[in-house]
Amino acid sequence: MQIIKSNEIVEDTWTTVEGEDASAVGEGDVIVPFALWQAARETLKGRNGGLGILLEPGDAVEDIIDDLDRFQVIALNFPSFTDGRHYSTARLLRERYGYDRELRAVGDVLRDQIFYMHRCGFDAYAPNPRHPIEDVLKGLKDFTVKYQPAADEPEPLFRRF
Amino acid sequence: MYQYNSQDRQIQQERVQQFRSQVQRRLAGELSEEEFRPLRLMNGLYLQLHAYMLRVAVPYGLLSSRQMRMLAHIARKYDKGYGHFTTRQNIQYNWIKLTDVPDILADLASVEMHANQTSGNCIRNISSDEYAGVIADELEDPRPYAEIARQYSTFHPEFSYLPRKFKLAFTGAETDRTAVLFHDIGIRLVKNEAGEVGFAFYAGGGMGRTPMVGKLVRAWIEKEHLLTYTEAIMRVYNRYGRRDNKFKARIKILVHELGIEEFTREVEEEFAHIKDSSLKLTQAEIDRVKAYFTAPDYKDLPADDEGLTQAMADNRAFANWVKHNTVAHKVPGYRAIVVSLKTRGVAPGDVTDDQMEAIADLADEYSFGEIRTTHQQNLVLADVEQGRLFELWERLTGLHLATANVGTLTDIICCPGLDYCSLANARSIPIAERILERFDDLDHLYDLGEIRIKMSGCINACGHHHAGHIGILGVDKKGEELYQITLGGSAADDASVGKIIGPGFPAEEVVPAIEKLLDVYVEQRDGEGERFLDTLRRIGVTPFKERVYADH
Repeated sequence: MQIIKSNEIVEDTWTTVEGEDASAVGEGDVIVPFALWQAARETLKGRNGGLGILLEPGDAVEDIIDDLDRFQVIALNFPSFTDGRHYSTARLLRERYGYDRELRAVGDVLRDQIFYMHRCGFDAYAPNPRHPIEDVLKGLKDFTVKYQPAADEPEPLFRRF
Repeated sequence: MYQYNSQDRQIQQERVQQFRSQVQRRLAGELSEEEFRPLRLMNGLYLQLHAYMLRVAVPYGLLSSRQMRMLAHIARKYDKGYGHFTTRQNIQYNWIKLTDVPDILADLASVEMHANQTSGNCIRNISSDEYAGVIADELEDPRPYAEIARQYSTFHPEFSYLPRKFKLAFTGAETDRTAVLFHDIGIRLVKNEAGEVGFAFYAGGGMGRTPMVGKLVRAWIEKEHLLTYTEAIMRVYNRYGRRDNKFKARIKILVHELGIEEFTREVEEEFAHIKDSSLKLTQAEIDRVKAYFTAPDYKDLPADDEGLTQAMADNRAFANWVKHNTVAHKVPGYRAIVVSLKTRGVAPGDVTDDQMEAIADLADEYSFGEIRTTHQQNLVLADVEQGRLFELWERLTGLHLATANVGTLTDIICCPGLDYCSLANARSIPIAERILERFDDLDHLYDLGEIRIKMSGCINACGHHHAGHIGILGVDKKGEELYQITLGGSAADDASVGKIIGPGFPAEEVVPAIEKLLDVYVEQRDGEGERFLDTLRRIGVTPFKERVYADH
């Protein structure tokens, strides 16, 4: 599968694990759901290969902040593009908790939202496969002017005159 | 008024391009209606019963004559020659073609206007006091802060997919005219004990099917924290507001379910993290924006104008208009005048293209080229010389814009209802028309004094019926349009939610029911000074209810 990473279309090297069974986690780089991480933290820490975590909109980012250095990827799921909770999660991870590795938007990720996602700190996108990924990529260029400070822009426009 | 700089212009042009692309992709089938819907709503575009409706933002209700002429042009070129001013100071066009919308947005951008976020689950157009800057009881003009908040909320990356719509209002006056307590966040300019001016934040007010009066979150905060405190509230709401049920998704439900103490604790905790961030306002930015809202070049005029006094003595209709449709100005020799958009034969808030152009001309000739829109669905020319009121009144009379009924029973707030709206259960406009027809004797209206009638065609309460002294709510009962009456609401400083008095009435029985309510008031009022609402609060709802349902 292809994803957008740092403004380019690249092959995804990560496997997303489903369910809560740690023994089913295979080799290589895996992204595990928050519930599985909570249930099998020690097992997952001991395995070889990269580790990422997947948060649903209702999962509290505060529950993983002590473990942030364990994750090479944090994936935030958008079950529907209209559920905006993870825009806040992303800004908190970047701006408050200093997370500086891959922050990936997954789920119902579409062209017309990824500019805002980028502003909130996402740097990787696994778009909804209903749309050609080349089209989705174009969304990153929607605006050049930004009024607010966010993860991509430390100062509001009024401090940049 | 505020003038765009190059970046304000740039972002608006980028918005037009973005929406043009979205419309093209929708028409090409690349975007599904489900995907397109939130995008068009965030550009003010609704799909109504007969056509698309476009809601254009009028930030804090302020328009230049040039902008008003553009609104007339849009009404003429793209619609059926009229527009409808709304309770949140915006204007709606009811007969719009989807393919025209990108061009309309480009036309709007050419006069520094837009339809950004006039719908959708985002921060909506920000409303304010129609007498900002000219009223004597004002601590400070709220519009610079509303403009700062407009820019902050425009295309906010974190808060564009909120659980539900989000409305802000600002007032700097002692008397609230913005329904500040019926907003998701209401912001008042207030003094602290040391006499410093800052903001009071209220949250959790709103209409809809669960009306609630906003609660005080912070009694005073420094001006520099306008945006940081707003962001703290927004973030708590975005993270914890309910998303499982559309009808429980407004911030008022979160405030209600958490309780104001716990809600405030969470806001303050979030605020502690961000209060010293770069979002903290600078004095330079406050000064920059304030410089756009300085007083116009007023003449040095006497407080009393003999010509005006004489004209009022000679002409009773003019005297009535001065008394009811004009307001004292803080500068001697000037008054603010209200252009009533409530007249027989016209839906409340509707204005034709020709009227808009004429109003723009009058604004240029009499009021420094500015027009304000009001929460009550009227227009205001805020800076008129007293000595020129008579000629202005004559011109407005010729335009059918001088009905001297402001603040009376027929100054009705009314939603478009089932004539236009796909959400509505019942028609609103014909009921408003019946009321305007029945109560067209001005002396009778003046005798009845201040009465606020507000009408909504469905439970979504766009006509603010909950906040009407008399509220009218259209419902659908097995295919029949019925109208429930509520009593005792208020959107002012004594904000309260009206209560339904009983079963609904068919359309033809609404006016008779109102007549009975008024009879009880006239019989029971404690002198002519006691308003309908005050009599109602004093004697309770029972005598009104018994009279209305006596024959049922």
